[in-house]
Amino acid sequence: MQKDTSSNDASASPAGRVRHRRRPTEATTNGNRTNGPALLANDQNKYKSMLIRTYSTIWMIGGFALIVYMGHLYICAMVVVIQIFMAKELFNLLRKSSEEKQLPGFRLLNWHVFFTAMLFTYGRFLSRQLVNTVTSDHLLYKVVSGLIKYQMFICYFLYIAGFVWFILTLKKKTYKYQFKQYAWTHMILLMVFAQSSFTVANIFEGMFWFLLPASLIVINDIAAYLFGFFLGRTPLIKLSPKKTWEGFIGASVTTIISAFMLANVMGHFQWLTCPRKDLSTGWLRCDPGPMFKPEHYSLGEWLPQWFPWKEVALLPVQLHALALGLFASIIAPFGGFFASGFKRAFKIKDFGDSIPGHGGITDRMDCQMVMAVFAYIYHQSFILPQNYSVEIILDQIIRNLTFEEQKFLYQQLGEIFYERMHIRDGK
Amino acid sequence: MQRDNGSGDGIPGTPSPTHGARVRHRKRSGDVPSDVSKTNGSNLLLNDRNKYKSMLIRTYSSLWMMAGFVFLIYMGHLYIWAMVVVIQIFMARELFNLLRKANEDRQLPGFRLLNWHFFFTAMLFAYGRFLSWQLVNTVTSDKLLYKLVSGLIKYQMFICYFLYIAGFVWFILTLKKKAYKYQFSQYAWTHMILLMVFAQSSFTVANIYEGIFWFLLPASLIAINDVAAYFFGFFFGKTPLIKLSPKKTWEGFLGASVTTMLSAFVLANFMGHFQWLTCPRKDLSTGWLHCDPGPMFTPESYNLPGWIPRWFPWHEVAIMPIQWHALALGLFASIIAPFGGFFASGFKRAFKFKDFGDSIPGHGGFTDRMDCQMVMAVFAYIYYQSFVMVQDLSVETILEQILRNLTFEEQHDLYEQLGNLLTRGN
Repeated sequence: MQKDTSSNDASASPAGRVRHRRRPTEATTNGNRTNGPALLANDQNKYKSMLIRTYSTIWMIGGFALIVYMGHLYICAMVVVIQIFMAKELFNLLRKSSEEKQLPGFRLLNWHVFFTAMLFTYGRFLSRQLVNTVTSDHLLYKVVSGLIKYQMFICYFLYIAGFVWFILTLKKKTYKYQFKQYAWTHMILLMVFAQSSFTVANIFEGMFWFLLPASLIVINDIAAYLFGFFLGRTPLIKLSPKKTWEGFIGASVTTIISAFMLANVMGHFQWLTCPRKDLSTGWLRCDPGPMFKPEHYSLGEWLPQWFPWKEVALLPVQLHALALGLFASIIAPFGGFFASGFKRAFKIKDFGDSIPGHGGITDRMDCQMVMAVFAYIYHQSFILPQNYSVEIILDQIIRNLTFEEQKFLYQQLGEIFYERMHIRDGK
Repeated sequence: MQRDNGSGDGIPGTPSPTHGARVRHRKRSGDVPSDVSKTNGSNLLLNDRNKYKSMLIRTYSSLWMMAGFVFLIYMGHLYIWAMVVVIQIFMARELFNLLRKANEDRQLPGFRLLNWHFFFTAMLFAYGRFLSWQLVNTVTSDKLLYKLVSGLIKYQMFICYFLYIAGFVWFILTLKKKAYKYQFSQYAWTHMILLMVFAQSSFTVANIYEGIFWFLLPASLIAINDVAAYFFGFFFGKTPLIKLSPKKTWEGFLGASVTTMLSAFVLANFMGHFQWLTCPRKDLSTGWLHCDPGPMFTPESYNLPGWIPRWFPWHEVAIMPIQWHALALGLFASIIAPFGGFFASGFKRAFKFKDFGDSIPGHGGFTDRMDCQMVMAVFAYIYYQSFVMVQDLSVETILEQILRNLTFEEQHDLYEQLGNLLTRGN
C-alpha cells in the first residue's frame, strides 16, 4: 500500500503487530537504490528509520505471541493496557494547553468517566466469568453477586457524579472548550470501549474468535501492500492516495482464501477453540462443539484423477470464516480511511508516538476496531444462538436471585426432573 | 424560578422553561408577573403590554400541551409511545439543525440524509431491544408473522450493525477535501445527539410498558419541582444558586426540594390506586388493563405513634411500599435533575444561542422543555430495574421460564451448570 514507509504517512493504517513491516523495509530499499545516487543521503536516513520500525515490529510480534500463549486473562490485561494508552493518546489529542491551565481538575474528570465506562462494560461482559471464579468463597460470592445485581445503578451514579462535577466546574470564559472536550470524551470512550469490550467478550468465547479476525486484518494489510507494490496502478480513494484498486482486490482474494485455511488450522487447537468460563489461567479441555468437528466431503469424480485426495475434511467454522474474511477485506479498511480523514481534518500527523517508527497505538488499531465489533456481533448472531436461551436464563438466575433462592430453584428443578422420569418410566 | 416571565425567552442561558410536561405551572407564572410589572411604575407600561401578550401566548400553548398530554395518558401506552417518538423526532431535528452552517452544507447534498439514516438505525436498535417481548406477544396469533418477527428480533443486532456500517462507509465516501473538519464535527455531533435523545426516550418507553406510573410520576415530579422552585424563588429568593443560571436561588432550590419530596410521597399513593397506571402491559394492544397490582402497590397499615391520635382523628395510616421508592425519585428530581437544566444553559451560552428551537410558541424548542426530563427518565428506568423490578423475578417466574422456553436437554444442561455453580460455592 505504501511505497515509502519511512515517512510516517497518514495512509499507514496496518493493524496488529506484524511481519508486514519487515517486507516493506526490504522492498523499498531496493526501490530506492534504483533511483540514483542523488538520493543516497536520504537512503541512509530511511534505512535507519526502517530499522527502528522493524525492531519495534519484532518486539510487538514477540510480545503478542507470548501473550497468546499465556492465555485468556493475560490477553484481557493486554487489551486493557492498550485501551488505556489509546484513551490517553486520544484525550491528549485535541487538548489546548492554554485553556487547560485554567481548568485544573479537567483531566481527572476524563479519567473518572473512563473508569466508570470500564466498570460498566467489563461488569456486563464478564459477570458470568467473575461469578464462576469466586464461587469457592461463600462470602466473596455474596459480595460479587450483590455488586453485579446493582452494577448498572452504581455505574449510573458514578456517571451522574461526573456529570454534576462537569457542570460545577464550568468556567465563564471556557464554556465552549469544555463542552467540546466533554463531547470528545464521550466519543473516545464510545469508540475505545465498544471495540475492547467486544474483543474481551470474544476472547472468553474462545481465543479463536479474537485471533482469527486480528490475523485477517494483518494479512489483508500485507497482501494489499504487496499487490499494490507489484501491480498497483489505479488509485483507490482520495483520502489515501497510496492505496490502489489492484492492491485492494488482490488483498480481498488473499484474505478470503487465508480465512478459509487459517480457520482449519486454528480449529484443531483446543487452546484456541474452547471457551473459558472463569478467570483462571491454565490449560483448557472441552468438547469442541459441532462448529469445530470435521465433516468429510467427497470431492467430485473428476478431481481425484489429478490429485491424490479423494475427500476433504472441512470444519463448519470455515464457512463462517469466509464471512469474516469478506468483511475484513471490504469493510475493515474503511476504519483506516476514517482515521486518515480524521488526521487530515484536524491536521495531525499521527495519533501519538508510543510505538517508535509506527506512530501511536490508535494508528495500529484503527482497522482492528471495526473488525472486533463485527466479529462479536457475528458471533452473537450466527454462532452462539445454539445455546443462547440457557445462557440468558442462567444469567438471570445469577443476577437476580440470592444464594438461598438459587439453591431452592435447584432443588425444585431436581424434583421436577425426578417426577418426569418417574412418569416416563411408569409408562 | 424566574421573576420575570415575559422576557424569559429573551435572556440567553436562563432556561427557566426547564420543566417537562405540559403544565399548569405556565398558567400561574402567567398570572403573577403581570402584577409585579404593574407595580414597577408607569414608564414600564409599554413593556407591560408586550410582556402581557407574550405571557398570553405562553399560557395558551401550555394549556394545549397540558390537555394533549392528559388526553394521551387516557388513551394508553401505545399512544404515549407514539408521542415520545414524535417528540424525539422534533428534538433530533432541532439539534441537527443547531450547529449546522448553511454555506458548508450547500456543498454536501446528501449529508442531512445521513443524519436521518443514523437516526432510523438508532430507533430500530433502541426500540427493538426494549420491545422485542411485547412485539412477539402481539403477533402470536399469526404463525407466519410470528416467525418473521422472531427472525427479525434474533438478527436485530446484526441488522442494526449493518445499517450503521453502511452509514459509516457512506460518510467516508462522501468526505470532501475542503470540508473534512466540518464533516467530522457534524458526525461527532450526530452521535452525541442520538446518544442523548435515544437513551432517554427508549428508557421512557421501557418504563411506560412497565406501567404508566413509572412514566407519569417522574415527569410530574420534574414539573412540580419547577413550579415550586419558581414560587419559592419569587417570594423568598435572595441568594443566587449558580453562575450559569443567575435567576435561580438557594431558597427556591431548597423549598422546591422539600415540596417535591412531599408531593412524591403523596402522589405515589394517589396514582397507585389506578390499575390503568400501575399495571404493566405485555403487548402492543390498546384497551383496558386488569392485573394484580403486586406487593408494591398493596397498602400496608402502620399504627401511628401514640401522640398523633390525640390531635388527629387517624389511628393508623396505610402506606404503599411504593411510596418509599417515590421518596428516592423525589430526592433525585429535586437535587440532580436541575443539573440537566444547567447543562442546557451552559451549552446555550457556550455556543451563543438563545433557544434550541422555536417549535412551541412562547417556550422555545422541544429540547428546552425536555432537558431535565431526560436526566430523570434515565434515572427512573435504572432505579426501577435495580430496586423495584427485581422483586418480580422470583424463583417461580424463573422456574416457569425454564419449563416453558427450554427443551428437555437444555433444562438438563441448565441444571448441571447451576449444580456446578452451587456446589463449588459450598
